[in-house]
Amino acid sequence: MALYSEKVMDHFRNPRNVGVLEDANGIGEVGNAKCGDIMKMYLKIEDDIIQDVKFETFGCGSAIASSSMATELIKGKPVSEAMQLTNKAVAEALDGLPAHKIHCSVLAEEAIRSALEDYHKRMDS
Amino acid sequence: MIYADNAATTKISKSAADTMYSLMQETWGNPSSLYSFGQKAKEVLEKAREEIAAVIGADPKEIYFTSGGSEADNQAIRSAALLGAKKGKKHIISSAFEHHAVLHTLNKLEQEGFEVTLLDVHENGIVLPEQVEEAIREDTCLVTIMFANNEIGTIQPIRAIGEICRKKGVLFHTDAVQAVGHIPVNVRQDNIDLLSASAHKFHGPKGVGFLYAGKGIRLDSLIEGGAQERGKRAGTENVPGIAAMATALKEAAAGMEEKSARTKALRDLLIEGLRQIPHSALNGDAASRLPGNVNFCFEGIEGESLLLLLDDKGIQASSGSACTSGSLDPSHVLLAIGRVHDVAHGSLRLSIEDDLSEEEIGYIVQSVKEVVEYLRGFSPIWRDLMAGKKEFIL
Ligand SMILES: Cc1ncc(COP(=O)(O)O)c(C=O)c1O
Ligand SMILES: [Zn+2]
Repeated sequence: MALYSEKVMDHFRNPRNVGVLEDANGIGEVGNAKCGDIMKMYLKIEDDIIQDVKFETFGCGSAIASSSMATELIKGKPVSEAMQLTNKAVAEALDGLPAHKIHCSVLAEEAIRSALEDYHKRMDS
Repeated sequence: MIYADNAATTKISKSAADTMYSLMQETWGNPSSLYSFGQKAKEVLEKAREEIAAVIGADPKEIYFTSGGSEADNQAIRSAALLGAKKGKKHIISSAFEHHAVLHTLNKLEQEGFEVTLLDVHENGIVLPEQVEEAIREDTCLVTIMFANNEIGTIQPIRAIGEICRKKGVLFHTDAVQAVGHIPVNVRQDNIDLLSASAHKFHGPKGVGFLYAGKGIRLDSLIEGGAQERGKRAGTENVPGIAAMATALKEAAAGMEEKSARTKALRDLLIEGLRQIPHSALNGDAASRLPGNVNFCFEGIEGESLLLLLDDKGIQASSGSACTSGSLDPSHVLLAIGRVHDVAHGSLRLSIEDDLSEEEIGYIVQSVKEVVEYLRGFSPIWRDLMAGKKEFIL
């Protein structure tokens, strides 16, 4: 039995939207090196739509796959919809994660939310 | 496939596997049966005991077969604790980087009223005999220090520690699971009272091991039942496994010197190659080290993703990262030698043998280099380090 699903391994081996967005208007970073996973999300939002998204991740296979999947799930979507992204949706889209790796998908949800909050803060000021 | 995880387990040798198969086919009687077919199995069992005893300098009566290293560790420690408790001695000395088979047994004993002192293993991963001497108290009943560490491969000054224990009249146990069959181990010369070993670490089968207990040391049985192993370990003996363990150990002992020289040369080549990766560090002493152990930390990356990508390149290795341990904490061994969490997560253990070629060592170095570079390419920690927002640790 493999550790991860085919889907997880695909996103781990070929992460989508990996890198930095120089002109991001929403950036979020969550996790810490102590627990072994850090995710950073860069969003480019225009007309309330997530036009572009990129991520950087320090972490295990499922952390990288979760970041990649999360970016795919919100790219091109309205901000209000991205706000609704749950870790469950990320894990399901990856055809499931091992029980002790669920925290990786939680981190992906938190990273997206943190970047959206940063965007709203910037809009407010 | 390049198998570089021999500290996890080794492939059973051809002759050990042949021993097993032929015993299963031909000598499958119960050693406790009195008819000659059973007694034939008994003979096989006792021959294995003699052969194993000879390799480690023990008397056959001092060898007890177990289901592996974990069981031997549990039984050795529990037995010594029980002997101590009978004399009112309930203090045990060990080290911070023992295998969990030792540490978890000690945790349980603490809950049962024992006091445990875990000695510091320093940055180089070595316990000093002086530390043991200083830690021994009137009520110390046992010192248990591993022969060689399973993650970073550091070899402990066992003979000197054993000498101190003898002088002070304290029992000395060593978990020699990573040492037996790889480096010279002699229970008499090394002043060892109790020793654990496991067959699958020296090309024997899995699920078989032995406990050496010097004469006069009364073992407590973990498993009650029949009178096998002189009443110290119930259950019909795993005759094929035990005989195969003896075959494998004899083989390992016979070729040890040559094999270890070849393995060390490859190990040092590998270490030299990996040192070229910027912001990396070897874990554990470079000299007092198992012939096949290489353990590095690479800053800015996480170990599990490194392992998965190396697997894609046909290289099997292991890591002390949290994500490979199933907990949020990285390896207690790396923390014990002072590696902070940030870098302990980015560790890689390659445990090699002499079956690899220099070209394969080169391929490993090149692959690790590529994967580390690739992962650093999208690591937010690495970005901060490179931007000067964070200070390099390595
Ligand atoms: C140092 C050490 N002690 C104990 C063990 C446990 O041995 P076994 O797997 O035979 O129970 C191992 C192997 O994982 C080990 O490396
Ligand atoms: Zn993780």
